[in-house]
Amino acid sequence: MTHAAIAEETGHIVPNATFIKVWATLLVLTLILTFVSKVFHEALSVWAMLTITPLKAGLVFYYFMHLKFEGPLLKAMVFVALGTLVIFIGMLFFDLSFR
Amino acid sequence: MTGSIADAPAAHRDYGGAKIAMWLFLFTEIILFGGLFILYSAYRSKYPHEFHDAGNELNYVIGVINTLVLLTSSLSMALSISAVQKGQQRLAMLLVGLTVALGAVFLVNKYFEWIAKFHHGLYPNSPDLLKRAPGEVLFFGLYFSMTGLHGVHVIAGMVLLSIMLVLLARKRIHQKDYVKIENAGLYWHLVDVIWIFLLPLFYLAA
Repeated sequence: MTHAAIAEETGHIVPNATFIKVWATLLVLTLILTFVSKVFHEALSVWAMLTITPLKAGLVFYYFMHLKFEGPLLKAMVFVALGTLVIFIGMLFFDLSFR
Repeated sequence: MTGSIADAPAAHRDYGGAKIAMWLFLFTEIILFGGLFILYSAYRSKYPHEFHDAGNELNYVIGVINTLVLLTSSLSMALSISAVQKGQQRLAMLLVGLTVALGAVFLVNKYFEWIAKFHHGLYPNSPDLLKRAPGEVLFFGLYFSMTGLHGVHVIAGMVLLSIMLVLLARKRIHQKDYVKIENAGLYWHLVDVIWIFLLPLFYLAA
């Protein structure tokens, strides 16, 4: 990625409507997660947690933190960092389930 | 004439470098909290019932309200950067001020939540807490340390954004030079992301 490319991406202006839509989606997802966790039980609430929570974090990373508009270098860096954490968490669960 | 101000090279700027550096710092924060999430998961699998019972004692309504507050503060943060990019300096200052105010609302809620726990004799190493099952002691230990560490990050973010407010007022951040507020925004959003994970772990997983 060249410096020129970075400079161009820095100048990208996200429309306000996009941010407001993302925010509204995040609020709805929070309310769905709360409803599922408090009304239903066990299996469904665990799955809701494992899907909705990373989805919410992904929306914040992708839109609010501007990742969608960054170059491949930064995207790859974030992918490697988060991937490392996921591998560690995965190793923990393997360890726990075979004890 | 040599050595005059006019001969000095133009200030060096590197937007790409500044942003990558900020992200590298954010990775250290992700690993810091990630380690705590791993600790939580390990103990939760060891004491599932105690964690379940202890989690039921937390007020999930406060947890959800604080989530909505932080998500809204993330929106005002993102909108403030767009305002700077469009040259709307006053609007940007208003939105950064709103973000700091929402951070304060979050901390006030947190204060009342913790005070209520203290009144029930629940605080780290309290005699009432130590009488409980080991799994519950661990749950509340993780609860206080993880939400406490997150609270410190909210305070740090509010200080950082207050500095950005001063820089905006002094026109040190403007339409042509705004990487500082972009990076401060990245930090604020990451603090929000961490809370997104804390909510289900402590308030909803009961």
